[in-house]
Amino acid sequence: MNRIKSFFQDVYKNRVWLLMVLPGTIWLLLFSYLPMFGTVIAFKNFRYDPNGFFASILNSEWVGFENFKFLFNTNDAWIITRNTVLYNLVFIVVGLVLAVFVAIVLNELANKRLSKIYQTGMLFPHFLSWVVVSYFVFTFLSVDRGLLNNILLWFGVEDPISWYNEAKYWPFIIVLTSMWKGVGYGSIVYLAAIVGIDKNYYEAAMIDGANKWQQIRNITIPMITPLIVILTILNVGRIFSADFGLFFQVPRDSGPLYSVTNVIDTYVYRGITTMGDISMSTAAGLYQSIVGFALVMLTNYLVQKVDKEYALF
Amino acid sequence: MWQITMITNQNSSQPTPLPLNKGNAQNQVNQPNKKSKRKKKYTPHGLSGFPNLIMNILFGTFSIMCIFPFLYVIVISLTDEKTLARNGYQLLPEIWSFEAYRYLWQMKDQLLQSYTITIVVTVLGTLVSVIMISLYAYAISRKQFKYRGFFTFIAFFTMLFSGGLVPFYIVATQFLHLRNSIWALILPLAMNAFYILIMRTFFQRSVPESILESARIDGASELRIFVKIVVPLSLPGLATIALFSTLGYWNDWFNALLFIDESHLVPLQSMLMKIENNIEFLRQNSLAGGIQNDLLSAVPQDAAKMAMVVISTLPIAIAYPFFQKYFVNGLTIGGVKE
Repeated sequence: MNRIKSFFQDVYKNRVWLLMVLPGTIWLLLFSYLPMFGTVIAFKNFRYDPNGFFASILNSEWVGFENFKFLFNTNDAWIITRNTVLYNLVFIVVGLVLAVFVAIVLNELANKRLSKIYQTGMLFPHFLSWVVVSYFVFTFLSVDRGLLNNILLWFGVEDPISWYNEAKYWPFIIVLTSMWKGVGYGSIVYLAAIVGIDKNYYEAAMIDGANKWQQIRNITIPMITPLIVILTILNVGRIFSADFGLFFQVPRDSGPLYSVTNVIDTYVYRGITTMGDISMSTAAGLYQSIVGFALVMLTNYLVQKVDKEYALF
Repeated sequence: MWQITMITNQNSSQPTPLPLNKGNAQNQVNQPNKKSKRKKKYTPHGLSGFPNLIMNILFGTFSIMCIFPFLYVIVISLTDEKTLARNGYQLLPEIWSFEAYRYLWQMKDQLLQSYTITIVVTVLGTLVSVIMISLYAYAISRKQFKYRGFFTFIAFFTMLFSGGLVPFYIVATQFLHLRNSIWALILPLAMNAFYILIMRTFFQRSVPESILESARIDGASELRIFVKIVVPLSLPGLATIALFSTLGYWNDWFNALLFIDESHLVPLQSMLMKIENNIEFLRQNSLAGGIQNDLLSAVPQDAAKMAMVVISTLPIAIAYPFFQKYFVNGLTIGGVKE
């Protein structure tokens, strides 16, 4: 009894703070925690009930792991997992190399004004939506009017390539587009870290006669290694979620390309729109969330081993 | 960061000791110009000669490539449709034409409607999310709040685990009945655990407890303190969140894809997605109306699409040089961790 009383006293004492977090908490409950509860649909055969959300969930029949069994029996489960993981791995490796390279060079360029102009240019694509980017890509890849086929024609290639029907080119196109859009953004954090390195290190190195390359290899890169490690491990933790816009807008939802452009996120989306299999889509989404969660926990554990300072929690 | 790049301006490998620009002029103030040898000691960064040239060419080319597609789309939108049909998308078209924009002018009701929706959603959404995020983040940044650990955790946990798209969709449509409501474009993007944690760190760093303490002694209520003291002190952080959120709302098409199918609620980005169908729809209509075939081909389909891309991207492109600096600074205002 006393405990309850002191709890209410505490709540009363903290009422201003509680009032401040109230709107946010309601949002979190509605848009994050209620959907988490809704994942039970993955273990049910979902049926819409006219009496609303809770009735739909409660009145759907339990089927246990049937949806998961069904999902993993299809070829799709393998394809979407492979695509999601492989693309993300390539993004992590290529993205890291490019971002660090760009950051180092921007810092080393003699003319700082030009350096700033380059950064402005490279960051621009980050602010465009994937819808706009998909049109940009289309101006290059359109079969009859695109720049690429025009250039090929100029080089004497008579048969225009039907880019949106040829799956074999798309791994490159996807990676290229993703890097084009993301490099400027990716390099910002590294550039900030590099700019923050104490100038004395470089001066000492120069007095010892170290050349530029030696300075970069022995000062700049070691100094930003902790940051590289933490950001990379965080990215590894997100390896199971793909950028929906990139894989949905840029290939223009072209069927022949699904084998190389379908990722877990697009699969789940198509599940509710075209296939209409709510329960199996939920199962695919839950599969993604659980593996993603496990990966974040694992990577955080690894970060803790490397350096406690950088662990997320 | 920009200040620091200013300082590294000394790197310029130009042999001339004369102050050429503002940056150099500042150096002159910082370090009296004694000897070029001494000056060199203070310039740890700066490629010289050939490598510098190569890198400038490489980076110049890539920067142009980043802007190029936008310029290319502008050129296409200004190309005559028959020229497009004959020559494809050219960098310098044979015949220029404003036909596409004239054509879009005919569709201006729908376009203006979409523009209005996007602007309303962006303004309202940014307002709602800045208020919600900052209140939440401020509360969990204060040691006086007994339950701050719990509320930090429930926000943080959403970064680690989510219910996935389908349950979210069902909650939004079946429970909250957001389908074809403007709130479907605003609410889903209103909160973001990542921004909450950034703001929490920012409040911890930029709002000293001593100031709040003296205000409390003067008898000010916590809400009053928040509005009168905390907000003015945290403007840079709040501006950053507002900027992130504005861009997020402006570029959002996903929520419209999920929840909106009534044309008067379609935002700009989503309109852009559908423009192919819209132009096709207009074509079909004129076909049914028995309009001549050559008139049909005169409808500037491709150019109109690209013109549409241009007018929906233009606001961002124009504002970009002004907000870019704040964006870059904002990204580095504080780690997520305490």
